[in-house]
Amino acid sequence: MEKKFISIWFFIGALLAIYGALILASGIYGLYAPPATAVAMPQLHIAIWWGVGMLLFGLVYAIRFWPNRNRPR
Amino acid sequence: MPAMLLLQAANGRLALGSIDLVIIVVYFMLVIALGLYLKKFTNTGEEFFMAGREMTAWVAGLSFISANLGSLEMMGYAAATYQYGILIAHAYWIGAIPAILFLSLVMMPFYYICKTHSVPGYLKLRYGEGARSLSAISFAVMTILMSGINMYSMAIIMKVILGWDIHFSIWVSSLTVAVYVMAGGLLSAIFNEVLQFFLIWIGCLVIPVVGLYETGGWAGMVHRIQTNFPGQDFIHLWRTTGSFTANPMGVHWTGLVFGWGLAISFGYWTTDFLVVQRVMAAKDLRSAQMGTIIGAFFKMMVPLIVILPGLLALAVLPFHLVPESQAGVAGAHTYNEALPLMLARYCGPGLLGLGITALVAGFMSGMAGNVTAFTTVWTYDIYKPLFRKDAPDSHYVSMGRWCSLLGVFVSIGTAYLVMNFSSIIVYAQAVFVFFIVPMFGTVILGMLWKRTTPAAGFWGLLAGILTSFALWLWVKFDPSALRLIAFSPHAKDMAENIYRAMWSLIVNVLVTVAVSLVTKPKPDRELVNLVYGLTDLAPAGHFSFFKRPITWAAAVAVGFIALNVWFW
Repeated sequence: MEKKFISIWFFIGALLAIYGALILASGIYGLYAPPATAVAMPQLHIAIWWGVGMLLFGLVYAIRFWPNRNRPR
Repeated sequence: MPAMLLLQAANGRLALGSIDLVIIVVYFMLVIALGLYLKKFTNTGEEFFMAGREMTAWVAGLSFISANLGSLEMMGYAAATYQYGILIAHAYWIGAIPAILFLSLVMMPFYYICKTHSVPGYLKLRYGEGARSLSAISFAVMTILMSGINMYSMAIIMKVILGWDIHFSIWVSSLTVAVYVMAGGLLSAIFNEVLQFFLIWIGCLVIPVVGLYETGGWAGMVHRIQTNFPGQDFIHLWRTTGSFTANPMGVHWTGLVFGWGLAISFGYWTTDFLVVQRVMAAKDLRSAQMGTIIGAFFKMMVPLIVILPGLLALAVLPFHLVPESQAGVAGAHTYNEALPLMLARYCGPGLLGLGITALVAGFMSGMAGNVTAFTTVWTYDIYKPLFRKDAPDSHYVSMGRWCSLLGVFVSIGTAYLVMNFSSIIVYAQAVFVFFIVPMFGTVILGMLWKRTTPAAGFWGLLAGILTSFALWLWVKFDPSALRLIAFSPHAKDMAENIYRAMWSLIVNVLVTVAVSLVTKPKPDRELVNLVYGLTDLAPAGHFSFFKRPITWAAAVAVGFIALNVWFW
């Protein structure tokens, strides 16, 4: 049974990259326009760090398992 | 920290911003797109019901654990941790790890080598139609019932924490699951579960990371808990289990080890087809075994995102949460809000959407697990043998697709039934113990003792089910019976379930052995690939040391022992 479906790791990478970019953008925006409701430990700017981490992790996976590369699932 | 900081809306509900909604909508679009994309790869029965049996160890393993990692469990155990402390981690450690490793090393070879489609299917091969029908019908009923209850509970949570309409939550999430499972079967469910695994972890890991930073690490957290709740022990696993009255769960260590760790845990993890189906879809036996071990490792780590947030809530929340019975008190928040409150505490716009997506993903992975397992058991273990034996493969695939939709609608119906008769939840939890525990005794005796006869398989299973049911009725009509069943009048509800499970397993094993000794066993030639001694178990010798399942199972076992000693 020969299957050519796109690797699940690609979808995961793409989704995490998109989410990472959104969360990073939201974190950066929050530096200039803090949200109306505060969170604990705001000095950590966790959204920025989390967003960067997700973006990098997602990009690595998305590129590593890009559909045309015939990677294993 | 002012209390007002803890909630993001005046009415106690979390307020999602536009970025949060975008994150949630993107998730729904992707899971539906994945299901539709995978439809063209699921044309045969083997592809639709077993994902073509070509999953790698990592995909099978992450799916195996994701199908079990429901959002209700996450919120429920975080709430229970706030109430009982780290004792709840027993659900993840003694209550899961030994059983999962046992599944991998001892039972998976038989499931995999006999090429059955399901656990009831194994019972058919080993014992015959009687045991299969009994287990298949009870499993199908139980699965749909639990699916509906989870759906209703999730809708209630979404209403409480987000203000979403109950009907909206039920229909949108259920129909999304229906679309992707109906289209791509188990393949689609597994792909989505792996995706959901990442979302759940990444979405929930924010809490322990920022929480431990806020408290100054583990020691700082413990100090704050002791300050907030003087004289109470929330951080020891075993130290308070020497008597029923020394711990808030009202349980003794014998019940934890033999009832929870052996009867319930082995029953669930080794015979509940919802989870076992995922690793049976692996591409070879080694992948199935390694996938199970990967699942065990992550199950061992789940307390990081469930138990630790509950402990952190004890440490950092400036008010005490209250039981559900006091939910109406103005300004009071209940135990069940522990995890959402912690999400709100640390997650601003974007991260909050990710956290809510993680909870929704947890619900959907659990529901997809129920639906795919139900579909397979219905099609192969009920419909095919009892209604239409010799139809073409395409007919069963078509039946599977429609059955997925039917399963979702019946679950929705169950959810509405529960909405009107909430006591069903209590009964359903009892029903779960009735059926799942004796299954383990029946399956394991069938695998390891070739003398076990077809009659013994059926009667042992039935006796175990009836024992559990009878003990439940006994306590219901005469609560004083608890001192006999659980060895103490102080045993609480959870302790009763644990000991009932233990008695059910004992009766199951005794009846199975007794009936086996007086009835005729199957000839050896009919037991090939089903029983120890008559099955050519794939030798692990040709794999290098680091590729052998036993090596990694031992590593997980060492971690399991270390955690129990560390938090003793």
